[in-house]
Amino acid sequence: MTGQGAARWQNALDALALFAIDPHRLGGLHMRVQPGPARDALAEVLPRLFPSTKLVKLPASVPETRLGGGLDLAATLAAGKPIFDQGLLASADGGIVIASMAERLERRIAARLESALDTGHVKIERDHLSQDNDARFGLILFDESEPGEVAPPVSLCDRLAFSITLDGLSWRDCVGDETEQHQIENARTLLPSVTLQSQHAEMLVQLADCLGIASLRAPLLAASLCRVLAARDGRIETSDDDVSVAAQMVLAPRATRLPAPPQEEQQAPPPPEQDQTEPPSSPEQKNDGALDDVILDAVAAAIPADLLAKLKAGQGGRALGRGAEAGRKAPATRGRPLPSGRGDPRRERLDLLETLRAAIPWQGLRQNHGLGALAIRKDDLRVKRFRPHTRTTTIFVVDASGSSALHRLAEAKGAVELVLAECYVRRDEAALIAFRGTKADIILPPTRSLTRARARLKGLPGGGGTPLALGLDAACTMAEAVKRKGDRPYLILLTDAQANVARDGTGGRARAESEAFAAADQLRARGFASLLIDTSPRPQPKASQLAARMGADYLALPQADARTLAAAITPAR
Amino acid sequence: MHGTVKLFPETESRGPTRAPLDRIMNHAFPFAAIAGQDEMKRALMLASIEPAIGGVLVFGDRGTGKSTAIRALADVLPERETVAHCAYGCVPQSPAGLCGNCEDHKPLKTVKSKVPVVDLPLGATEDRIVGALDLERALAHGEKRFEPGLLARAHGGFLYIDEVNLLEDHLVDILLDVTASGENVVEREGLSVRHPARFVLVGSGNPEEGELRPQLLDRFGLCVEVTTPTDIATRIEVVRRRDAFERDRQAFIESYAKDTDALRKKIVAARKRLPQTDVSPAILEKAAELCLSLGTDGLRGELTLMRTARALAALDGKKTVTEAHLKTVAPSVLRHRLRKNPLEDVGSTVRVERAIAAVLP
Repeated sequence: MTGQGAARWQNALDALALFAIDPHRLGGLHMRVQPGPARDALAEVLPRLFPSTKLVKLPASVPETRLGGGLDLAATLAAGKPIFDQGLLASADGGIVIASMAERLERRIAARLESALDTGHVKIERDHLSQDNDARFGLILFDESEPGEVAPPVSLCDRLAFSITLDGLSWRDCVGDETEQHQIENARTLLPSVTLQSQHAEMLVQLADCLGIASLRAPLLAASLCRVLAARDGRIETSDDDVSVAAQMVLAPRATRLPAPPQEEQQAPPPPEQDQTEPPSSPEQKNDGALDDVILDAVAAAIPADLLAKLKAGQGGRALGRGAEAGRKAPATRGRPLPSGRGDPRRERLDLLETLRAAIPWQGLRQNHGLGALAIRKDDLRVKRFRPHTRTTTIFVVDASGSSALHRLAEAKGAVELVLAECYVRRDEAALIAFRGTKADIILPPTRSLTRARARLKGLPGGGGTPLALGLDAACTMAEAVKRKGDRPYLILLTDAQANVARDGTGGRARAESEAFAAADQLRARGFASLLIDTSPRPQPKASQLAARMGADYLALPQADARTLAAAITPAR
Repeated sequence: MHGTVKLFPETESRGPTRAPLDRIMNHAFPFAAIAGQDEMKRALMLASIEPAIGGVLVFGDRGTGKSTAIRALADVLPERETVAHCAYGCVPQSPAGLCGNCEDHKPLKTVKSKVPVVDLPLGATEDRIVGALDLERALAHGEKRFEPGLLARAHGGFLYIDEVNLLEDHLVDILLDVTASGENVVEREGLSVRHPARFVLVGSGNPEEGELRPQLLDRFGLCVEVTTPTDIATRIEVVRRRDAFERDRQAFIESYAKDTDALRKKIVAARKRLPQTDVSPAILEKAAELCLSLGTDGLRGELTLMRTARALAALDGKKTVTEAHLKTVAPSVLRHRLRKNPLEDVGSTVRVERAIAAVLP
């Protein structure tokens, strides 16, 4: 294991050194690394790899004005004329942005990063400032999420060339030679004259196709990496080896399927009709087929092992990936307006008129200030206040075990869809957790998107034991996250309360039940509004007991179908 | 409050912090070099030929070149006439009319200028969108002066919102209001300003990020779904061209200069031809039948269908609209107008295609 760990560390160092050669075009690195020796070692390596490059740290909860720029009010008032803060992204131009706890990046922040990575610019249109700044930077995402937790936004990771997992390394693994700074410098100088050979672009696209990668960004990033690899080795033309390495580094982690078996593959990569549309030389193309196989094997070997396991289980990659909203509760910037009050205009919206109004009575006293016609002090600042309208997030916790007969699951799915349709109208959100066998899964994170919801619901499987405690735990975790976001969670538990699997996955009715009741107590202690729907054919005392422990409303629906369920839920909310 | 009130600033005073528009546009990936994505490219061209079609909404997967195409549009658009030195960029022929200042100063001197494609970036605030008190003047001189916002800059051109489903609700309200009236009315910070603001709204986004508000969806005349090209040859071409562009932007753009010119000429010719393009009663009937069979609300669907088909005929160099034109544009015109049935499993595109197959065999 240690040998493997050291190899993974070396791979990460290689990726960093390549990234250092052309940060902006390679986008960056998505590094899954828990706090620990590897994370500490990285913190030491980065300044050595980028001695003369700006390293800008991006906190997960960075306010909008700091990120994209805006008015620096304190400085403005001191100077008597507008002073603008150009923001983190623009200040990182030519450097590296490092985002730790990337799994907590807000969607909005991620979208800003994406747009800057795409265009190399940040546009600011806020606080009376209209600016367009260069922001050509590379991005390092430190993803510290636990397995199964929310991952950083997929759309952001899609723009980064490298995806590296450094979990479970010990400090002994984290030693290795680093690329010398002068090598990086030399490669940078050479890079503009490196050409990507035409057949190599073709090979990358075909490889991406074989691995089932839909996005075209993957082969584009791999193409950029090919040129960087050539530059590093002092060549001005890309080689087949570059393609192989680039595919292993960029394409393999994105694979959504295993390369097609050999017989299919031979007809797939160079289809006959292509020769008609593609001008490039055909003698080389014949070679490609053979080369492709060698490279494809190498790439297939580089596909992470756990990905294969997930693919076999039928789910592509990690389930979540919308990015979590940061836990901090931001001041409301929308909702019903309230009278303006004192506050910090960097976080809330400045009410200019009220500010001027507050300053005017004092002008006589402040005459000696001598700056402009108006002297405004910090105390005069007024910000707009709003009463936010809280949204309700309905969390369905569905017992998908064998004991809740399968048709119950179909009804639960139907009810979720109906409630979701209503959420669409009311701009509320819905989420779905299912528990069966030995685990509870988040089938649908809180969403308003009908498209996502429908797709996720369709694939919901059923059968197995009833790990009720695990289901309640998952519900509790999600409800807390919803509450942190400032929304109101509402739990709807559909079960027959026949718990028979304990938290550790072992069977045994007695322990499973006592754990479930303990978990129910936890829910009640947190005061979440909830409803328990008894799905057993004949209502059981156990379910009503559980409801009482949860502090939930209880509803027995022996003959429920999707519509009666939805009808029962709606007035309860 | 003391200080003078100047509601009509000269153009120079738009603020020293403004970035030159050309800098970004000059380095945009050429529209003509975008491989595939025909429906999106066609929709954007049609909207520039006939602005009355309404906006274009581009929905699609990651990495399909949505933003690239829209940002590239600016270079293809032919120049237009605007009033010289008007802070609101008044366009003499605009159906939205002129601002108060231009009305008072007739006859007007006009200049040729580029059609603006204005980005509404994420994190934009209301003051920059509708325009607001010029903060510098207010703070330094106690003077009340209006500084026009993005809506004024986009007048007579395009307003582009990337990640349109992340747009905050109160900003959506502003856009709904302005697109409906063609006029931006500012009543804030003690200012009272109104000026024409008519533009083609272009939005792009990913439906997985959340649905669009129905009212906003309704503002878009055309809705295009983009998917990553699946055909290997096109995919290879995309990667090749992108790589060439990244290596030497200037040379790449120049190598497409001829194609860009040709596209521009096509748009000019289509605009000239448009008023003479006829829609026969038979075609109108087919359009109505199509909308009826899909149960779209209101008359807007039929009207847009007719306008778009006519613009396409003009683009194709035809004098009359044929069923083929109708067939081509119907999916983009109708797919977002279907009454939403959340439990419906079949995608809107499929439903529209079925209806087309039934009405226009």
